[in-house]
Amino acid sequence: MSTIMEIKNLEKSFGGLSAVLNFNFHLEQNELVGLIGPNGAGKTTIFNLITGVYKPDQGNIIFNGENIEGMAPHVICTRGIARTFQNIRLFNDLTVLDNVKIAAHKNVPYSFMSAILRTPSFFKGEELIEKEALGYLEIFKLDDKKDELARNMPYGEQRRLEIARAMATKPTMLILDEPAAGMNPQETRELMNLIAQIRHDFQLSILLIEHDMSLVMGVCERIYVLDYGQVIAEGKPEEIRSNKKVIEAYLGEEVE
Amino acid sequence: MQKNNKAIRFGLDVLILAALFTLVQYLITTGLLNQYYQINLTSMCINIILAVSLNLINGFTGQLSLGHAGFMAMGAYASVIMTQMWDQPFILGLLAACVVAGLGGFIIGVPTLRLKGDYLAIATLALGEIIRVTLQNIDYVNGPAGILGITKMTTWPWLFGATVFTIVVVVNLINSSYGRAIISVREDEVASELMGVNTTKYKVIAFVIGAMFAGLAGAMYAHFFYIIKPETFNFLKSFDILVMVVLGGLGSTTGAIIAAIFITILTAALQSFPAIRMILYALILIIVMVYRPQGLMGNKELSRRTFGRIWGGQK
Repeated sequence: MSTIMEIKNLEKSFGGLSAVLNFNFHLEQNELVGLIGPNGAGKTTIFNLITGVYKPDQGNIIFNGENIEGMAPHVICTRGIARTFQNIRLFNDLTVLDNVKIAAHKNVPYSFMSAILRTPSFFKGEELIEKEALGYLEIFKLDDKKDELARNMPYGEQRRLEIARAMATKPTMLILDEPAAGMNPQETRELMNLIAQIRHDFQLSILLIEHDMSLVMGVCERIYVLDYGQVIAEGKPEEIRSNKKVIEAYLGEEVE
Repeated sequence: MQKNNKAIRFGLDVLILAALFTLVQYLITTGLLNQYYQINLTSMCINIILAVSLNLINGFTGQLSLGHAGFMAMGAYASVIMTQMWDQPFILGLLAACVVAGLGGFIIGVPTLRLKGDYLAIATLALGEIIRVTLQNIDYVNGPAGILGITKMTTWPWLFGATVFTIVVVVNLINSSYGRAIISVREDEVASELMGVNTTKYKVIAFVIGAMFAGLAGAMYAHFFYIIKPETFNFLKSFDILVMVVLGGLGSTTGAIIAAIFITILTAALQSFPAIRMILYALILIIVMVYRPQGLMGNKELSRRTFGRIWGGQK
C-alpha cells in the first residue's frame, strides 16, 4: 500500500478562532478512514481545506506526491478528489441524468467550436457522456429516475445521486460529508454496502465524516477524532471506542 | 435510423426557415409589408437578438447583468466607424461590432463577475453608464450629438441571418456539455466548481458571447435607424431587454424570443394611445408577472416535442 494523501501541520483560523490546528493526517491507497468529532470540531473545515474551498493558513496537503494546498477547487477535482456535501448540493432544477453529466464535463471529449457547429465529434462525444452517466446511475440504482428533476427526489436518493455525481468525476479519492445523515437504519445499511462496493470496484480511497457511530465503527479501518480543531485520538475503531479522551470529548469529564 | 432522423429533422428546420425567409422577402419586394411594418419587423429581430443573448447571461448563467445596452452601444459605434468613417463593407462592420463588444465584455466581465447578485447588477449597471458617458465625450463620434446619416444597410437577409445565427449559437451552446457547465454555475456555483467546472471561465465565456451578440444587435440597429447617439443606449434600454428576458422566463430561449416578439408588438400597438401608453405597458407587465411569476415559459423550452404533444397526442 502506498500513501495517497498526506497532510502536515494544517492550520486554518477564522478571525482569531482556530478552526483547525496542527492537523496531521495520512490516507493509504484503497483505505477507508473516518473523521469524527463533536459538532463544530472542524471536520467540514478540513474537507473544505482539502478540496480547495478554503485556503489553509499553514501546512501542506500532498496528494499523489503533489502539493495541492491553495489550488482552485476545480483544479483539485481534476487531480482526482471528489466530494459530497453535508447539506446536499445538487443542481436542483436539472434532471438526475444532467446532474451526473455535468460531473463528466472535466473530460469533455469535444471542443467548444464543435459544440456550436454540431460536428460529428459532438454527437459522438454526447453519446459517450450519456452512456457513462447512465452507467453511474445504474450502479446507484437511479437509472429509472434519470429524467426526474433532482429537487423532486426523496432525500435518500438525493444523497445517492450526490455520490453518483462525485463518482462521475472519476476520482481516486472520495470524500463523503455525513453520507448517512437523515437516513433510517435500513437505508444506512444499504449505503454502507454501496460504499464498500464502489470502493472495491473503483479502487477508491475514502475519507468520511459521520455521526452514525455504528456506520463509522462498522466500515472504517482507521478513525481520526477531532475536537476543537485538533486531533485528540487516532487509531483502529476498537482503540477509539475505549479511548478516554474521546469519551470525554463526547460525554464530558467526570465530576469529582 | 437515428442518424436519418437527425438529418430529416435538420432538413425540416432548414426548410421552415427558408420558407419564412422567402415569405417575408416576397412581402417586402411586392410592397405588401410597408415601411411601418418593416420598422417593427426590424425592432423585433433586434429585440430577439438582445433578449436571447441577455438570457444567456441572466437566465442560463444566473449572473444578473444590467449593462446590456452598453455592449449594444459599443457594437453600434464600432460598426458605424467601420462602415461610415473607414468605408468598409457591412460584414466587416458587423465583425467589428462583435469583436469590440466581446472584448468589452471580457474586460468588464473578468473583474465584475467575482461579484454576486445585487452587487454584480449594480456594477454592470454602472459600467453600462460608463460606456455611454465615455461615448458622449469622444469627439471623433460627435459626442452627445451622435452620428447622423448612417447608410441603411440592414436589410431583411442580414437581419434574418443575424437573428437565426444568434439563436442557433446560443441553443447549440446550451445543449452541449459546455452549456450544462454554464447552467451548473446558476444552479450551485460551489458544487459546480467542486465537480471540476472552472466556474469563472464559464461565467466569462457566457458574458463575452452575450456581449458579442448585443454588439451585433447594436450594429443592426445603427444601420437601420439612420442615427445613433449615446442617449439611445442608456440604462432604460438595458431594463427594456431585462423585461423581455424576465417576461419570457429566465433560462428559456424560446421564452426570450416570444417575449421579444410580444413586447415589440405591444409597443407598436400602444403607439395609438400616446397619453396612456406607458401606463398600459406597465399594467400589462404587472398582470403577466402576477399570473406567471416564472415568466411566460418558466425555464421550459418550446420544442418540436411540445408541438408533437399538442397535435400528435404522443409524447
